[in-house]
Amino acid sequence: MALRTVFSRRTLASLRSGLCSSISPIGNRSLVTFSLPDLPYDYGALEPAISGEIMQLHHQKHHQTYVTNYNKALEQLEEAANKGDAPAVVKLQSAIKFNGGGHINHSIFWQNLAPVREGGGEPPKGSLGWGIDEHFGSLEALVSKMNAEGAALQGSGWVWLGLDKELKKLVVETTANQDPLVTKGPLVPLLGIDVWEHAYYLQYKNVRPDYLKNIWKVINWKYASKVYEKECA
Amino acid sequence: MGWVSTHAHFLGNSGLLSSNDCASNLNLKTLLPPRLRSSRVRSGEARKVVAFHGLRRPPYKLDALEPYMSQKMVEMHWGEYQRAYVEGLNKQLEKNNILYGCTMDELVTVTYNNGNPLPEFNNAAQVWNHDFFWESMQPGGGDIPKQGLLQQIEKDFGSFLDFREQFIEAALSLFGSGWVWLVLKRQKKKLEVVKTSNAITPLVWDDIPILALDVWEHAYYPDYKNDRSSYVNAFLDHLVSWNVATGRMIRAEAFVNLGEPTIPVA
Repeated sequence: MALRTVFSRRTLASLRSGLCSSISPIGNRSLVTFSLPDLPYDYGALEPAISGEIMQLHHQKHHQTYVTNYNKALEQLEEAANKGDAPAVVKLQSAIKFNGGGHINHSIFWQNLAPVREGGGEPPKGSLGWGIDEHFGSLEALVSKMNAEGAALQGSGWVWLGLDKELKKLVVETTANQDPLVTKGPLVPLLGIDVWEHAYYLQYKNVRPDYLKNIWKVINWKYASKVYEKECA
Repeated sequence: MGWVSTHAHFLGNSGLLSSNDCASNLNLKTLLPPRLRSSRVRSGEARKVVAFHGLRRPPYKLDALEPYMSQKMVEMHWGEYQRAYVEGLNKQLEKNNILYGCTMDELVTVTYNNGNPLPEFNNAAQVWNHDFFWESMQPGGGDIPKQGLLQQIEKDFGSFLDFREQFIEAALSLFGSGWVWLVLKRQKKKLEVVKTSNAITPLVWDDIPILALDVWEHAYYPDYKNDRSSYVNAFLDHLVSWNVATGRMIRAEAFVNLGEPTIPVA
């Protein structure tokens, strides 16, 4: 029985504030530290698409590690920047990109998923639904495309449905490792699927295509629609 | 190890490059080893080609690395993951006759294509890497190298503990999927710890790998979950085969002059 109680669905605003939820002073200046956001559902709530074991490890171990190491890297960065230690500052960039990216990506990912009884898997309605039909032909075509790109991604990374802010069109993109979608252009992430092995190994072994086929049953289109409408407004 | 037929039927380049490949002007023949460049070898006889690379067994039973690598995990890693790479490679080679005559080593360097890898590279390199990885371990491994190899490590890293620290640090700071290597650098004539992403191997830079550690998540997840640190320590303390590493060093000395002191064979 998961110890976590079910929280009310987070709005977009509270997600943003959840990303920087505590301020602790270090030295003379205060450095914003980040903390692990709570899941809006139980670990076992996404079964059988994603097992409770995976959700718990993914959230409590992997995401927590990214948060911890991100905070550590930021602390070291501040120290190095204050000392004017340019090589140290530059050396920290990869740790910041990796751990910060991991925190950003996973925070979005938890919102991208929802239990079936809370609307997980229900196709998008409204403007996002029309947008998908317009840019991809149909929802099925979008799903095929994302599954194909996700399966073909070598190594670790993410496959995204994003909104190009400048061109005002929906795009499917992939990023390597924990690179956030912003590294690929002026893109707003609507939907991200983690294709690192830790996201599916315990349940699907090396059959990544099966994981991709099943995850659509718990995709939370309501969140993606909300982000889309906000950006298009 | 799988064998390849040296008689190849040349069917043209059409299947070779992917449609997205911007190197369509590339003359692949220049990358092939000399014995395969002559079209006399490739054209003419309409003999059916059988290019076949096999799934090479590790030099120990699948449960021999317990408790540091469970039998289940080894069966999964070797029997499913590596097998998938081998089968994928064979399927790709079915359509691509130019690569038939290559040995595994040659296949890796040729398909790497000087940094613009062909579609076969991922499968070929991963097969090579995994073969190398299983052979880099032994039941009852760990401990420290002896005599000549130890001397070389001390010369190039300062001390064995320094090497060990560097190796662990490389494994833990490798973001994403990849491999950690102890490699003999040909140009620098010294040993180094190197980390590579995804399927890349020091072979493509013409360096000589001495040891490899797989840090893709599938290599340790069932037994260690996300605790990569314990996995790396278990590898160094209990699995790494310094015997094999010494053998590889001896062979490497034939190609790289390590200067004084000459390394006595252990």
